[in-house]
Amino acid sequence: MSTTIALAGNPNSGKTTLFNALTGARQHVGNYPGVTVERKEGSYVENGQTFKLIDLPGMYSLTAYSLEEVVARDFLVQERPAAIVNIIDASNLERNLYLTVQFMELGVPVCIALNMIDAAQKRGIEINGAKLSELMGVPVVPTVARSGQGKSELMQATGQLIMAGKKMPPLVISYGEDVDLALQEMEQEIVTGFSNCAYPPRWLALKILENDEQILDFCQKENPELYNRLEAIKARLARHISSTLDTCPEAVIADHRYGYIKAILKQGVISHNQDQDRLFISDRIDQVVTNRFAGPLIMLAVIMGLYHFTFTYSELPVAWLEGLFGWLSGVAEAGLPDGLLKSLIIAGVIDGAGGVLGFAPIIMFMFFGIAILEDSGYLARVAFMLDRVFRSFGLHGASVMPFIVSGGIAGGCAVPGVMATRTLKSPRERLATLLTAPFMNCGAKLPVFALLVGAFFAQNEARVMLIITLIAWCGALLSAKLLRSTVIRGESTPFVMELPPYRLPTFRGLLIHTWERTWQYVKKAGTIILAISILLWALMTFPGLPETRQEAFEQQRETVTAAAAEDMEEQLLRIDAQEAEAALRHSIAGQIGTAMESVTSLAGFDWRTNIALVGGFAAKEVVVSTLGTAYSLGEVDPEETGSLAATLAKDPNWNPVVAFALIVFTIFYAPCFVTVVCIAREAGSWKWGAFSIVFNTTIAFGLAVLVYQIGSRGLFGA
Amino acid sequence: MLKLSMRQMKENQRGVIAAVRAGGELGKRIRDMGLVPGTEIKIQGRAPLYDPVAIRLMGFTLTLRNNEADYIDVTVED
Repeated sequence: MSTTIALAGNPNSGKTTLFNALTGARQHVGNYPGVTVERKEGSYVENGQTFKLIDLPGMYSLTAYSLEEVVARDFLVQERPAAIVNIIDASNLERNLYLTVQFMELGVPVCIALNMIDAAQKRGIEINGAKLSELMGVPVVPTVARSGQGKSELMQATGQLIMAGKKMPPLVISYGEDVDLALQEMEQEIVTGFSNCAYPPRWLALKILENDEQILDFCQKENPELYNRLEAIKARLARHISSTLDTCPEAVIADHRYGYIKAILKQGVISHNQDQDRLFISDRIDQVVTNRFAGPLIMLAVIMGLYHFTFTYSELPVAWLEGLFGWLSGVAEAGLPDGLLKSLIIAGVIDGAGGVLGFAPIIMFMFFGIAILEDSGYLARVAFMLDRVFRSFGLHGASVMPFIVSGGIAGGCAVPGVMATRTLKSPRERLATLLTAPFMNCGAKLPVFALLVGAFFAQNEARVMLIITLIAWCGALLSAKLLRSTVIRGESTPFVMELPPYRLPTFRGLLIHTWERTWQYVKKAGTIILAISILLWALMTFPGLPETRQEAFEQQRETVTAAAAEDMEEQLLRIDAQEAEAALRHSIAGQIGTAMESVTSLAGFDWRTNIALVGGFAAKEVVVSTLGTAYSLGEVDPEETGSLAATLAKDPNWNPVVAFALIVFTIFYAPCFVTVVCIAREAGSWKWGAFSIVFNTTIAFGLAVLVYQIGSRGLFGA
Repeated sequence: MLKLSMRQMKENQRGVIAAVRAGGELGKRIRDMGLVPGTEIKIQGRAPLYDPVAIRLMGFTLTLRNNEADYIDVTVED
């Protein structure tokens, strides 16, 4: 059996880089049960001994406020790794040791990796590792994760620590007389009241004083009587501290923890041979990059660059995939007998699988681009600069990337956009972002707009397209505000965030990151998407036309063929198209569309539009091709809509108001099901996927009715 | 010596944390990042819209919103 080692440390300490250096390609990414936090595992062999490495999420402290912290702590307490390899940014020793001390208080053996020791030396920081090791009582190994320097020594030291099998007693820090006395009293209560508790008693007492909600809940459930006694001790202490020191126990504990670290560092562990306030390259970059005037301009350029990178460079692989699936369809078309099976394989399976894989290159490029911005440290600057704007709507500065990728610049895609919310660490802000990002105008909505604008607003094309973009942004931001004051209401998550120094991302890290996420999408989301795609096919296919009607079309064909007129081919095609229209209207989707007509007429939509919108749930551009079928034009290529536009412009049911109502509806209504699947996966629950369908469609319908009713009254003076 | 809230500090002004008056998650986050009484800080700059603020402490840069900086008292040389 292999030994389990946890890799833990602050964000930006080079933890993932070290994990990649240690495990190489031997890693596996999953999720912690029930939450969306990634769980990364890998293996490392040193001297014939195999270690199982777990890359815990980055964290600053062991309190259970964020999901990442809860997951990390549960892992340490419940799975009890043989040791923690604690990665520390050597340039940032004091703050990083704050977490180390908490690991030691938990009583798990710790081995410190003093990472980026080269960068620290360049900054004039000299660290006496031996001294630090002696004072802290744990092994300390200098490393440079980027080059892999010191990784073997690190694992040897960790191996020895485990081999020695020394029980590491939990570290005891003095928190001042008042707190210490209360801790002692509580510890005794816990030892007698909680005989078989997984947590060390003093640590449990400490967490109760720190008001750790997860621990408080645990105690209240396990032993309510004991909980009340412990709460009483805490209340007494809190009153005392409040009256004597005018502060709270949590603050006193944090002060003493930092005091303990400062006292160690003062004993010759660290020496600065340069002015600590010197401006380093990173600070000089920031003077330009976050400058009041240059900053926003550079940011705009970077965002445009990311957008261009994601959607332009992915075009080629997307085209290859389309070609491949087109070829497969062709083979099936030629090789299979006409009938349901053929239709299922082409329209259901091949198109479905093509739909899943078609997104993969875009997702890959998006993650690669965002990983560069994130790993280099620039994304934190974007959040810093834009926070003021997005906060007004209950979002976070980092919400901008998902919005842009989703189509904030018209033509994006909500699937990678929703996935881009992973960079957001604030749970409520993240949820609001991923629910509203699909309002942006993705590339699939554009053919619908192009059709309607071309047919009804041809003179003002550019202006109407701009208005459409503005409507999407306003709608997304305002509905985010609405969500944050209703279903996802709650205080904004503290912004307190580190601006890490700029760093060059490692190419290997970028590749691993990109590959893992893209593969997860294909594997997890892909299967569900394929299944829904087949379901939608069935909705638009069944039940087929009754035999009598099929025969009627067959008879028409025979008549035409018998007459053998010059335009026979054309007439036959027209009959095919009419049959397709009849079949579509007769299908389940068509029946839904017809049944909904009485309601949707409020927004000016007839059954044809309704069916098209149902089809749009598969992918928004399907609205165009389905409208084509519904108007007996046969399959309309979304890129070539001239004839359909002409038909709509002439149709008495259509006018600019109806067209605009449909544009508004298309912007806001239910995201395509691929996006819905991704929302459910990212939010960690199908509830939110269903919510997005209902919420978005309700808003869309409300707005479309508003546009239609006001518009038709204004225009026709009713 | 003058005590004021962090929001009132000017760019490049230095000071020493006197008290953190926030509780709950915000207080925890602030303290976890090393903003405890006695820590020296310098205002590094503000975002283009004057909020959030970036501060320098213990060799790294931290950002917080102005309404979060309100909870932090700093003593400065006058």
